[in-house]
Amino acid sequence: MTDQQPAIRLTGLTKEFGAVTAVDNVDLEIAAGEFFSMLGPSGSGKTTVLRLIAGFEQPTSGTIELFGQDVTKRAPFDRDVNTVFQDYALFPHMSVLENVAYGLRVRGIGRKERNERARRALASVRLEQMAARKPSQLSGGQRQRVALARATVVQPKVLLLDEPLGALDLKLREQMQVELKEIQRDLGITFIFVTHDQEEALTLSDRIAVFNDGRIEQLGTPAELYEHPGSRFVADFVGTSNLLDDAASHELLGRGGLHSVRPEKMTVGGGETGADVHNAPGTVVETIYLGSGIRIVVDLDAGSRVSVLEQNDRHRVHDDERGDRVVVSWHDADVISLATSESVTDAAAAASV
Amino acid sequence: MTTNAPTRHPLPARRAGFARKGSAFLATHPRARLAFLLTAPLFWLVVVYVVALALLLVTAFWSVDSFTGEITTEWTMDNIITVLTGSLYQTVTLRTLGVALAVTIVDVLLALPIAFYMAKVASPRMQRILVILVLTPLWASYLVKAYAWRSVLSQDGILEWLVSPFGGHTPGYGLPATIITLSYLWLPYVILPIYAGLERVPDSLLEASGDLGGRAWPTIRLVVFPLVLPAIIAGTIFSFSLSLGDYITVNIVGGASQMLGNLVYTNVGAANNLPLASAIALIPIVIIFGYLFLVRRTGALDNL
Repeated sequence: MTDQQPAIRLTGLTKEFGAVTAVDNVDLEIAAGEFFSMLGPSGSGKTTVLRLIAGFEQPTSGTIELFGQDVTKRAPFDRDVNTVFQDYALFPHMSVLENVAYGLRVRGIGRKERNERARRALASVRLEQMAARKPSQLSGGQRQRVALARATVVQPKVLLLDEPLGALDLKLREQMQVELKEIQRDLGITFIFVTHDQEEALTLSDRIAVFNDGRIEQLGTPAELYEHPGSRFVADFVGTSNLLDDAASHELLGRGGLHSVRPEKMTVGGGETGADVHNAPGTVVETIYLGSGIRIVVDLDAGSRVSVLEQNDRHRVHDDERGDRVVVSWHDADVISLATSESVTDAAAAASV
Repeated sequence: MTTNAPTRHPLPARRAGFARKGSAFLATHPRARLAFLLTAPLFWLVVVYVVALALLLVTAFWSVDSFTGEITTEWTMDNIITVLTGSLYQTVTLRTLGVALAVTIVDVLLALPIAFYMAKVASPRMQRILVILVLTPLWASYLVKAYAWRSVLSQDGILEWLVSPFGGHTPGYGLPATIITLSYLWLPYVILPIYAGLERVPDSLLEASGDLGGRAWPTIRLVVFPLVLPAIIAGTIFSFSLSLGDYITVNIVGGASQMLGNLVYTNVGAANNLPLASAIALIPIVIIFGYLFLVRRTGALDNL
């Protein structure tokens, strides 16, 4: 990353809509060829950052660089980035082929060549038989692939994807996730992917920026974010966390502060022995059968409610029922210590660059 | 968490009143529902509208006894032939057609940028204000507006006062004044459908065009225009047909010029020749049908 220009560099990027600060002084570098996700709840500013990079919005302050070139003041049609829109934004009056060829057409490329290139792009998303159809005659997943072909046929340096899988059902979404990853690998271009689905972000990304309130709360690889969430917000938003507040931490761990333990790191049983094992008695509130696993919700006597995820991998002779007394156990190594409130972006950014 | 069993509050028992029985009957009888809904408007539409139009068609094939002034109900093509071959009618038809086309073109050229600003640029608040502003002139009487233009366009009117320092002059009364006044009168009817059409074009389509490299003009030509064409045509149907039938404006600001409406008016009134008036009135009807047929072939009506 040192000898090469980053694909995107945002410096002090701020966007205000009236009194609302949607993006608050964001600094970010995205490497060339990276699959980068911006993850956050709605209203966290992730989509605004994407629209600023695309050029649909003008920043209140700050700069946007694309491969070392300042593009802050450039119109969308003068930026080498393309967008896959959340609603796909296919032109309803054009055929699929005309849609894909549109970017080439407005660049003045002749009909023969642009149709040929559009056909190749359609073939890469396996839709060459659909070329003559109108977008309204396609299914959601097919429209999504057309939008992808339309955005990639003009060979952008960076592809922006605004919740492209949000409108698809679960099965199709999982299938498209794999396809997206493959397409990104084939094209070798930078993907910037906006999503509110933490599982999707973890599955697809090389790195993830977790947005909260217009700022980057934490930046890191999926494993870093999941294993070492830097704040309560990230621990809560990325995966499920069992939070132990100051009082519960004192009682169960013997030290103060805010801590969290992932559900799959805990077990329910009669208690375990070992040097670094914590045992906490409690009462079962609910047992939820998930198919591949079982989620057991336990009210600990120490005052916290925890959710324990157990694999459905052996013959379970007992099923804990509501009201049963159990002991929840976990290893001290799996306890994550959380910074109470301040952001750890800088530390994480410094670590990953 | 302790679950609180919800307390049940029984609903009061239903009373089987007359209204309730009626509703129940309608709910289970779709045909009765439809009859209930449509009988009155259909009656009005058929009797007042279709019958009057049919009478007009029939009258065109009758004649007037020149002695008694009574209508003779014998079938004759005389009126139609007079209207088709008489040089007066040909001239006035062409003039009326020209005025209607000019009004339509002026209105579309004015309406497109206004509607685009309203639908795609203005803030939601500004948008509401503009819709009200566009509708406001419709609250005033047609006659008042036409006379207002008469005063604006007069030799010592405000237009003369405005443009004379730059060597310009008011067009005075005549066909240009008619075109200006009609364009003003029908502009809201052209703006509103185009505005509604543009409203239905998602912003993301415009962004997508820009994102793919389309500047303003290709975006307008390849994306916006094809999508709002049906709305533009809807607007032109208003301005075109309203202009074809108008005779008051041309009376007020048109000087000595006559349009088809004036010929109908004189034949109904002064000349007392209702059959000839009907035959003349058929001209704009035929033209409008021709226009609708042309428009239909472009497929624009499918989206109305």
